[in-house]
Amino acid sequence: MSSLSATIQEMFNEPGCAKNANKSDAERKKGCTKQLQPGGAAGGCAFDGAKIALQPFTDVAHLVHGPIACEGNSWDNRGAASSGASIWRTGFTTDMNETDIVFGGEKRLYKAIKEIINKYSPSAIFVYQTCVPAMIGDDINAVCKAASQKLGKPVIPVNSPGFVGPKNLGNKLAGEALLEHVIGTQEPDYTTPYDINLIGEYNLSGELWQVKPLLDELGIRILSCISGDGKYREVASSHRARAAMMVCSKAMINVARKMEERYGIPFFEGSFYGIQDSSDSLRQIARLLVERGAPSELIERTEAVIAREEARAWAAIERYKPRFAGKRALLITGGVKSWSVVAALQEAGLELVGTSIKKSTKQDKERIKELMGQDAHMIEDMTPREIYKMLKDAKADIMLSGGKSQFVALKAAMPWLDINQERCHAYMGYVGMVKLVEEIDKALFNPMWEQLRRPVPWEEVAKNRQTKGMAQMDTQAAEVAADPETTRRAKKVCFCKEVDLGTIEDAIRSHGLTSVEAVRQHTNAFGGCCKRRIEDILATMPVSSPPAMLQAAE
Amino acid sequence: MAIVTTPKKACAVNPLKMSQPIGGAFAFMGLRGAMPLLHGSQGCTSFGLTLFVRHFKEAVPLQTTAMSEVATVLGGYDNVEQAILNIYNRAKPEIIGICSTGVTETNGDDVDGYIKLIREQHPQLAKFPLVFVSTPDFKDAFQDGWGKTVACMVEVLVEAPAVGAERDPARVNVLPGCHLTPGDLDELRTILEDFGLKPSFLPDLAGSLDGHIPDEFTPTTIGGIGVDEVAGMGRSSWTIAIGAQMRRAAEAMQAKSGVPFRLFERLCGLIPNDEFIAFLSDISGRPVPAKYRRQRGQLSDAMLDAHFHVGGRKLAIGAEPDLLFDLSSMLHEMGAQVTAAVTTTQSPVLERIGTKEVLIGDLEDLEELARTRNCDLLITHSHGRQAAARLKIPFYRAGFPMFDRIGAGHQLSVGYRGTRDVIFNIANLVIADREENHQPTPDCWRTSRRPLKPGRRSFIDATEGSIA
Repeated sequence: MSSLSATIQEMFNEPGCAKNANKSDAERKKGCTKQLQPGGAAGGCAFDGAKIALQPFTDVAHLVHGPIACEGNSWDNRGAASSGASIWRTGFTTDMNETDIVFGGEKRLYKAIKEIINKYSPSAIFVYQTCVPAMIGDDINAVCKAASQKLGKPVIPVNSPGFVGPKNLGNKLAGEALLEHVIGTQEPDYTTPYDINLIGEYNLSGELWQVKPLLDELGIRILSCISGDGKYREVASSHRARAAMMVCSKAMINVARKMEERYGIPFFEGSFYGIQDSSDSLRQIARLLVERGAPSELIERTEAVIAREEARAWAAIERYKPRFAGKRALLITGGVKSWSVVAALQEAGLELVGTSIKKSTKQDKERIKELMGQDAHMIEDMTPREIYKMLKDAKADIMLSGGKSQFVALKAAMPWLDINQERCHAYMGYVGMVKLVEEIDKALFNPMWEQLRRPVPWEEVAKNRQTKGMAQMDTQAAEVAADPETTRRAKKVCFCKEVDLGTIEDAIRSHGLTSVEAVRQHTNAFGGCCKRRIEDILATMPVSSPPAMLQAAE
Repeated sequence: MAIVTTPKKACAVNPLKMSQPIGGAFAFMGLRGAMPLLHGSQGCTSFGLTLFVRHFKEAVPLQTTAMSEVATVLGGYDNVEQAILNIYNRAKPEIIGICSTGVTETNGDDVDGYIKLIREQHPQLAKFPLVFVSTPDFKDAFQDGWGKTVACMVEVLVEAPAVGAERDPARVNVLPGCHLTPGDLDELRTILEDFGLKPSFLPDLAGSLDGHIPDEFTPTTIGGIGVDEVAGMGRSSWTIAIGAQMRRAAEAMQAKSGVPFRLFERLCGLIPNDEFIAFLSDISGRPVPAKYRRQRGQLSDAMLDAHFHVGGRKLAIGAEPDLLFDLSSMLHEMGAQVTAAVTTTQSPVLERIGTKEVLIGDLEDLEELARTRNCDLLITHSHGRQAAARLKIPFYRAGFPMFDRIGAGHQLSVGYRGTRDVIFNIANLVIADREENHQPTPDCWRTSRRPLKPGRRSFIDATEGSIA
């Protein structure tokens, strides 16, 4: 058994990886991944990667050895689907506490394994190592070995504590655990010349079942899917397959290559995303199986199925062409999907304004150029701020990406579609690609977008009212400034007869009036509703004796 | 009076609990222009981030010091320094809040010391707001992380008022527990403003995670309470703390600035809200607005209409202590029996829950108790969905996370109006369940397999379950 660091170093030397082959020895030693930047990283850890890769095994109990964060914060968060067992969705963790940290957590781990076997009796238990027990030196390999012997069930250590690296490394460490402890430990009930393995397919949203009917029709049996809707027994006996397809490009390349090395199972790298790719993959499977001894008529049958399915899919997509004319899509995803989806989108009439190549290999980039031309807009690394600006400036009509950049698009009021693992629709195979086009159509033409992009009408109204009101105040202010006295005197007192303040004041002053009755006699004021106001005016005016001249006249 | 017990098992199955650091990070999300930073390996952040995004359906700022195996051995100073500098330069935040994790606590990283050194090394950070909270994963739970973090914010950010400085009689601090939603905070803000009070919420998730659409893209929080406003909280006339988890922060506020506090352990239910409204009327010197007389009437009427359905229900509830206490007390007061209660961590309110026993455990315990004790209503967060499906009983989602339904941020439970909504929603679940699964059949009340002679049918032996 090799140490964890030796295993990791071995993986950095992976000969099956094209990227690796082009590196110098010194570069290889540094490892595959860029050094993580504190304060600037966003991905999952190695433990996360290992769990993602293995959790879709449905009849296995997945036990996380660590404090509550590793499982408590993350369980039941992935959309893989199962055709039967549900134990994989149960969260098991040793929930290490302070005492365990001080005295070691091995005893608790052993007891936890025993409890799970007694209560749930799963086909096997996968035990995941995490940072804290790795730090304090809990030897999970030893505990698993002892538990396996004493309790009579496979207990598999998955040595992939979070701090050894990113998610991608975790995928591979999970593969190592399978190679070392699981694959080849059991024999299948029977074998056929049509047995294949799918490696790195997780059956998210049940998408494997979009392809499986075609394989069933051709008589091709999935001996083991690693790991979507997988069973322990299937993977344990997967070494008897005739051929293998590596689905999620680089995640488990070590598994595919080592199975070829150890058991002589040839593999190819393929994808069921996109119509062309689905056809290529089916052809490759048939070819490999025939090379390994299956009757050659399989190839003809495969071609027939491909022709039928392609015709059906293109016909279904055809009707979207006029609707998609002139619409531009931005594709932010990684690896295979950076080009495998492109063809179908182009066929549906969408213009691709850019595709990300952050996680793509050299071959991936070649394919992109093939599809999108030499001047393809390949986005190495786009910050959320740049994506937001691009969408806000309407340089694209829809964005297709993973969940992480979802809100960047939505908050810019731009259609967005999830094409990564958290999505709730299945997009694999021929039907899947038609579904994807349907979903794009739904997103693009939702009447909601127009409503959201409209300016707020009451903000305009409010603004108008405000300007109007302010203009009025301005004119009034101007008048007052011009002659305050005139404006003051022009104020209406009696609204019924339209008598202003000045007239009343003059009457009071000149006649020495003291009562409302008298004011009424001298002016036109009615003295009804304005009685109060006149009284107020009388109260504020100094009582002066009327000028002598007027007195005399009266 | 309840007895609080802990199970003896070694393996937690279907955890109810979430870890302390993300509770702490959650609190920082209620500050404007904030970037919460977990000091640990990148997975700690990634899991927390996914959880928040699934709950709120919002972009959530959360960063990591990305501790590698080597850094863990050598100590995390360089990682903390680099993380702070990177965030400071790129995201241009107004504050960085740092929470430790299991790895760095096991390691014994002295982050307070690191911060001092970093401030000395980088003069641009000398006065920059940095708050550090110690939140090991292997101790306590989500709610504790929140409570500790708010207390730390008060200690670091609130300025002690000058001696003899005048207090603003209308200004009130509100320290909400993590079980309140942005919708709850907005409701409380409206209530306080109706009494002429000017509330400052610490933290204010309603400003950052209420789902509003910002004009500009920002990598930090898009709203919340500003650091300057927090600094001035010492000049308020009162502090209102909601949930027992906030006692620590309220006491810190009083110690630092002399602002007296009143702790409301609950704000769901008729009596707690009567007390709350009376208190507001008292401190504001204003009569209760007519609006709240009407809302109180509506709640009373809701209770009248719902008690037929809620009364007698055997309730299985799993939640963090303050939410558990709040919801279970309200339903207990509506005549429901709290038959199974499971929580995540110790709290003084637990023994006052209206049941015999409160278990600090997981969802397996809750499911098991609900099954053996024939519970007919399950209340817990979204992770209870599998248990609810197996138990085949109505399931009311409460607490964090709520990832399989939308609108989690606006689920209301405080005030007369919030209580009324909760009562209606729960009663409707019970009604729907009865209509779908418990329609009477000619054999519902038959006591033996053989058909009885006419006129001898007995109702006496009918089991409670069959009537429901």
